[in-house]
Amino acid sequence: MTYITKPKLRHKGLATNELGFTRRDYEGSISTLCAGCGHDSISSALIQACFELSIEPHRVAKLSGIGCSSKTPDYFLGNSHGFNSVHGRMPSVLTGANLANRDLIYLGVSGDGDSASIGLGQFAHCVRRGVNMVYICENNGVYGLTKGQFSATADKGSKSKAGGINTDSPIDLVSLALVLGASFVARSFSGDKKQLVPLLKAAIAHTGPAIIDVISPCVQFNNHPGSTKSYDFVRAHNEAVNRLDFMPAKAEITVDYEPGTVQAVTQHDGSVLQLAKLHQDYDLHDRAATIKYLHEREAAGEVVTGLLFLDAAAEDLHTHLNTAEAPLNRMGAKELCPGSAKLVELNATYR
Amino acid sequence: MPQRLEATNDFVVKFANVNGSGSASANELFARCILRMGVPVASRNIFPSNIQGLPTWYEVRISGEGWLGRRGGVDLMVAMNPQTWDKDVASIEPGGYLLYDSTKPLPPSKFREDVNRIGVPLTEICNRTYKDPRQRQLFKNIIYIGALSALLDIDPAVVETLLGEQFKKRPELIAKNVQAFKLGFDHVREHLAGACKLKIARSDKVGNRIFIAGNDAAGLGAVYGGATVCAWYPITPSTSVAEAFTKHCQNLRVDPETGKNRFAIVQAEDEIAAIGMVIGAGWNGARAFTATSGPGISLMQEFFGLAYFAEIPAVIFDIQRGGPSTGMPTRTQQSDIFACAYASHGDTKHVLLFPKNPNESFSFAADAFDFAERLQTPVFVMMDLDIGMNDWLTEPLSWDDARAYDRGKIMTAEELEKGTVFGRYLDVDGDAIPFRTLPGTHPTKGSFFTRGTSRNRYAKYSEEGSDYVDNVQRLLRKLETAKTILPKPERRDAKEKTPYGVLYFGSTAPAMDEAMAKLEGDGIHLDVMRIRAFPFADEVAEFIHAHDSVFVVEQNRDAQMMKLLVNEGAFDPARFISLLHYDGTPITARFIQAAIAERINLNTHKEAAE
Repeated sequence: MTYITKPKLRHKGLATNELGFTRRDYEGSISTLCAGCGHDSISSALIQACFELSIEPHRVAKLSGIGCSSKTPDYFLGNSHGFNSVHGRMPSVLTGANLANRDLIYLGVSGDGDSASIGLGQFAHCVRRGVNMVYICENNGVYGLTKGQFSATADKGSKSKAGGINTDSPIDLVSLALVLGASFVARSFSGDKKQLVPLLKAAIAHTGPAIIDVISPCVQFNNHPGSTKSYDFVRAHNEAVNRLDFMPAKAEITVDYEPGTVQAVTQHDGSVLQLAKLHQDYDLHDRAATIKYLHEREAAGEVVTGLLFLDAAAEDLHTHLNTAEAPLNRMGAKELCPGSAKLVELNATYR
Repeated sequence: MPQRLEATNDFVVKFANVNGSGSASANELFARCILRMGVPVASRNIFPSNIQGLPTWYEVRISGEGWLGRRGGVDLMVAMNPQTWDKDVASIEPGGYLLYDSTKPLPPSKFREDVNRIGVPLTEICNRTYKDPRQRQLFKNIIYIGALSALLDIDPAVVETLLGEQFKKRPELIAKNVQAFKLGFDHVREHLAGACKLKIARSDKVGNRIFIAGNDAAGLGAVYGGATVCAWYPITPSTSVAEAFTKHCQNLRVDPETGKNRFAIVQAEDEIAAIGMVIGAGWNGARAFTATSGPGISLMQEFFGLAYFAEIPAVIFDIQRGGPSTGMPTRTQQSDIFACAYASHGDTKHVLLFPKNPNESFSFAADAFDFAERLQTPVFVMMDLDIGMNDWLTEPLSWDDARAYDRGKIMTAEELEKGTVFGRYLDVDGDAIPFRTLPGTHPTKGSFFTRGTSRNRYAKYSEEGSDYVDNVQRLLRKLETAKTILPKPERRDAKEKTPYGVLYFGSTAPAMDEAMAKLEGDGIHLDVMRIRAFPFADEVAEFIHAHDSVFVVEQNRDAQMMKLLVNEGAFDPARFISLLHYDGTPITARFIQAAIAERINLNTHKEAAE
């Protein structure tokens, strides 16, 4: 994500990661979103997460639907392939891409209109199928590109910029993801990079669908008093259940914590998530308790954030399908075509 | 005593049954017996959208001459369904035969004077022999096959061989089925000898042909064509394509060492997700397909447009049926031509293939993946229920081991590294087909952001009108390239020079072959062309221009193919005479023959009067 065209020459002292790439190598085109848009902060957090994880940029595929959020994959990871697909249908396109090549990292970027309205069905089914992906919902409660209509995540009673009151119940993608069996569920706030970057890293390292609902205020159409998706409202009501430190698989773990205050969870790829508990009773491995907790706290007006649920041992769709380890898109006639002799045998079974 | 139809190896038997009574496998056994005696058959299931209770029919055309279309009419009716009795009896040709269960006496009004009755007390035989109600029902079917075999002189040894093969894995059932068969066979030999003058005589007209349904063949074609991703949603009559692909993959595509699958099949939540997955997989370099029918085609429209503009390979099997969603899901039609040729919104046009039988369903299925990747566009394989769900006698499937998959223009990391210029929508070869790169190719070169339009030749964001026009003009030129690689139409010229031509496509083929032979026998000559692909090859226009009048035979109400021809070729609609058959049953040779003869005779009379 970049606001202005930067010169191609690089400062010699620019920090590089293990692969020798600078942060600039993870940037994309110039953002065309409004100045101050929460989505740009999320793009920036993604750039930082991928830079710090030393991911080869071309090992990532970015897919999106339609809307302001879905435009953003053009604004980060310019060396990665991106696909701005159909409204509400990113999950199916990403699922197909993932089936074709299981070796890449799949970032699905969507918004609240894209995921909770037109795409609610595809959201649900990619979660229950266990597609290995990071699913980021850039959630601002409003349709930006069509100028200010409520979306399905807008809270009941919240006020639009034009003064209308939303009378419909909101859809909470976090609760829904939990019910549907997601193995990694988080909520964050675009204005809290300290929380968001480690969550993104943990999600990328996770095997299975990692759902991150990021409240991302729309400065144009949903940042006014009476909105529950404004910067001021989220800052005032943000209640994090934990603080996450992400340790990549090969990192030496050096940080010491007071016993009992930190929970360490190892994921499939060997990465370790160290979670400083901010709410002592919160157990992120208890799906049912998490759902109950969320409902109670949200009824009390809190925006609960952090890593809310984790099943570190989850399997993904490829495991369920027993797909070959080699990506399907690299197989040729040798692996795929049974040949003429086999066809002669098959013909005989149809006589 | 009514006149009795006499024929050897040339008649139509129709079974009227109740859905769910287990008749399907018995009826298929009958068809296979005749094939094993070397006599060609064409069988067609006419079934309801129902699991149990509604009427279902199975029609077997027996033709020593090898005609595989529906002839029209019924010579021997096996009437096992009281619900449809009256209609079934009414459909028998004069002098034909009615095989029925004579356990309960029926009033004379239930019969026809000009039809020969062959009553076999099936229920009585069953009740006498079996105690279990389910056995009574199932074996009743085998008993009537036994009766038919005796009536038609089918060799019982052939039936026993087939039963042995069918129940190879459950040998205890072989003897029981053979016993049931004998009950019917012996009853006829004893009580009804000579009752039927329709006969099967051993022949050698089947050759090495196979008996297979188009959906099964298409699923196998997808395996041979290198498809690895299949995403689908259940819908009649296309479901068996995905099921066949699954069956053949489990047989042919499991890595023998690791036990892992070299395929991924997902039953999606709906048709929209199914095509989304196919497009995602195609974008990422896997050969992917979906199988659906008209309602699914409607749901997929938005994605078809995206794939067309974003130039993503995809293969769609459309097994056509009567519309709409609550329409005639188990009846055949060729009525999705418009919906597929111009699928989606904006200026779009798609590649369509029209296989004529299961053999071509196999080969076009495999070819479709080459075309889709070469042209970087969706390819529709336009089948229908008649080809898809009925077993057809067809040439054995064949494969050339020297054949390599045409993966189209994909720029590799090596080429990018060498400094080859990459523009995703740049026409470097003059064939309007650009190069693409697959995700994950190179760390810093060749990536691009995929959008429908709103970009320039280098995939950079652009809302310039000139960039848009440049792009869609190239897409049109790409379809010109398509014409050069798609299957050419097949032309057969009449023995005499004629002002008449006939165009047809798809499952109409076997009925057309027969109708043309009969017309020729009657001294009516027409040149014939079978369309195999859209966009139309130039030969189609030449054919139309070479004739004063061109019949277009199709199985839909709106003459969709004729209108597509008018639209694309700017022909005068007055050149065309549409012959349309769209009641949901497969078109018959008699229909085509009569309609063409009537029209030509009318013209001849008119000319004479003038």
